[in-house]
Amino acid sequence: MGVQDYFELLRHDYTLRTISLGTAMMGIVCGMLGSFAVLRKQSLLGDAISHAALPGIVIAFMLTGLKDPLVLFTGAVVSGFAGSLFISGITSRTHLKSDTALGIVLSVFFGFGMLLLTLIQKKPNANQAGLDSFLFGQAATLMVKDVYLMGIVGSVTLLFMLLFWKEFKILTFDAQYTKSQGFNIKLLDSLLTSLIVVAIVLGLQTVGVVLMSAMLLSPAAAARQWTNRLEVMVVLASLFGAFAGLAGTAVSASIARISTGPVIVLVAVFIVLVSFIFAPNRGLLFRTIRQWRNRKNLRINKILVLMFETASAHPDFSHPHSVNILTNIQGFSKKRLREMESKGLITYDKNTWKLTPAGFETGNKMYKDLNTN
Amino acid sequence: MEKKIAVRVDDLTVAYKYKPVLWDIDLEVPEGILMAIVGPNGAGKSTLIKAILNIVKPVAGNIAIYGKSYRKNRSMVAYVPQKGSVDWDFPTTGLDVVMMGTYGNLGWVKRPGYKEKKASLEALDKVGMLEYRNRQISQLSGGQQQRIFLARALVQNALVYFMDEPFQGVDATTEIAIINILKELRRSGKTLVVVHHDLQTVPEYFDWVTFLNVKKVATGPVKDIFNDDNLTKTYGINYKVSIQN
Repeated sequence: MGVQDYFELLRHDYTLRTISLGTAMMGIVCGMLGSFAVLRKQSLLGDAISHAALPGIVIAFMLTGLKDPLVLFTGAVVSGFAGSLFISGITSRTHLKSDTALGIVLSVFFGFGMLLLTLIQKKPNANQAGLDSFLFGQAATLMVKDVYLMGIVGSVTLLFMLLFWKEFKILTFDAQYTKSQGFNIKLLDSLLTSLIVVAIVLGLQTVGVVLMSAMLLSPAAAARQWTNRLEVMVVLASLFGAFAGLAGTAVSASIARISTGPVIVLVAVFIVLVSFIFAPNRGLLFRTIRQWRNRKNLRINKILVLMFETASAHPDFSHPHSVNILTNIQGFSKKRLREMESKGLITYDKNTWKLTPAGFETGNKMYKDLNTN
Repeated sequence: MEKKIAVRVDDLTVAYKYKPVLWDIDLEVPEGILMAIVGPNGAGKSTLIKAILNIVKPVAGNIAIYGKSYRKNRSMVAYVPQKGSVDWDFPTTGLDVVMMGTYGNLGWVKRPGYKEKKASLEALDKVGMLEYRNRQISQLSGGQQQRIFLARALVQNALVYFMDEPFQGVDATTEIAIINILKELRRSGKTLVVVHHDLQTVPEYFDWVTFLNVKKVATGPVKDIFNDDNLTKTYGINYKVSIQN
C-alpha cells in the first residue's frame, strides 16, 4: 500500500482516523513532558509510574463498574502519582537510593495491579474483558471519547507548559537557585511530576504499561540530539512523538494482525537511532567525521609550520626547497603535499616545494599563534 | 557611625538526618564587607549559606536580612551556587542562564522582556562573557561557566551576595577577573559572603573572615582574627600562615 492509498484510506476510514488522531496526540504530549523527564534525569521514574498506574485502573473499574475513559484515567493518575510519592518518600526517609526505590515501587504496584486483574477476571462480569489490554496497549480500542479526553487533557497540559515555561525551565536547570529566588519548588515539582504522570497515563491504552517509558523518553532523547535550545527540543520532541504515533498506526493498519503500540514504540526508537547517528554536532557520524578532519588538518598544519620555518630562514621565501628535508616529520607523505598544493598553500614538483604567498601568510599566522600561547 | 547589619543569624542549628551540620551559630555580617567563610570539609560552610537563603530548613534559629525575614527581603539577596551543582549539558545558552537571575523579581508566570534582556547583556559584559552569550553552556570552560553564574547573580541587582566557592576549578585569569568584580561590588556598598577554600589568598582578597567548623570559631576583620590560633582551632592542626598586613 502506497502513501497515497493510505491517505485515501484515512479519509474514508472513520476508525483509523480516530486512532491516528489519538496516537498523534499521545505522541505530542509524551514528547513535551518526556523532554522534562529526560532533563530531570527521571527517565526511570516514567517506567515506575506507568507500572504504578495499573492498580489504579483496575480499582477504578472495580469501584464503578464502568470502563469510561475518564474513570480509568482518574484511577491511573491517582495511583501513578501515589507511586511517585512513594518513590520520593522512600528516597528521602530511608538510606535507599532512588534506583532501589523505583524498583520497589514498580514491582509492588505492578504486582498488585496484576493480582487485581486476575481477581476480576474470575468474576462473572463480561465487561472486564479488555482491561488487560492496558498491559501491552491496544490502539484499536481507542474510541472517540478517548480521543476527546486526550484532546482536553493534552490542551490543559499545553496550557500549563506555556504558563509556567520559565518556572519549569529554571526548576529543571537549578532547583536550589529557583528556591532562593522565592519560588515554591515543592509546588512546582509536584505540578511538573503530575503533568508527567498525566502524559504517561494518556499513552497507556495505546502503548501499554510495559512499553510506555520508551514512548515517553525516545522522542525527547532524539530531539536533544538536534538542538541546544530547550524550546526547540520540546517542539521537536512533540513532532517526533506525533510522527511515531501516526507512522506506527499507519504501519500496523497496513499489515494485518500487527498490534499498534509496539510498532509506535519501534518507530520512536528508530527516530532515536537516526538522531544519534546523523544529528549534526552531537551525532556520532558527524563527530567522527569532524575528528577525522581535524586530525588531517593538524597534520597538514604541522608540515606547513615546518615549511614556514625553513622558508623564512631563506631571504626569499619562494625559494624552492628539497622534499627530503620533510621526510623526518611524522605524518608526512606525498599525498599530504598534493593536498597542500590543491589548497594553494605550496607549489610542488617532484623533488622540490616552495610556499605560495598564501601559504607563507597562513604558516606565519600559525607560527605566531603557536609561539604566543 | 554605627554600621548597619546586612545579615543577622541567631542560634542557627541545622541537621541532615541525625547529625548536626551547624550548631548554634550566631553571626552578624556588617554592611559593605567582603567576607570569607573558611573551614574544613564538612564544616557546614555551604549549609550556612543555604540556610540563610531558605534553601535548607533549619532545626532552630532565626535569619534576618536587613532586619526582616528572608521571605520579605528576598529581592535584596543574590546567590551563586557551586558550579558543580547543576548539569551543564542542559540545552540552553549563556544569555538564557543569566536571564534566570531576573525570574525572582518577575514572579510567577510573567516572562522576561526587553528590560531583562538588556540587564542580562550588561551583566555578561561586566564579566567579560558578552561574546559567548549564544554559546551552548556545555561548550564553555569551567572558568567561563563560573562567570556565567556570577553574571546571573549580578543581574539580580541585590544588596547582599552569597557565593559558594566561586574560585573552585577556575584558572588564574578568571580568578583575578572574579575577585576584581567582587571588590568592585564591595566598593559600591554591597555586602558579600563567600565560601572560600584557599587560605593563602584570604588576607589578599577579603577584609572579613568567619571561621566555621560546625560551630562558629571566630568572626571579624581579617587583620584582627586571621591568625594561627583561630586556624588551629578551626582545622585542628597547626597552620603556618603568615599575614602580610
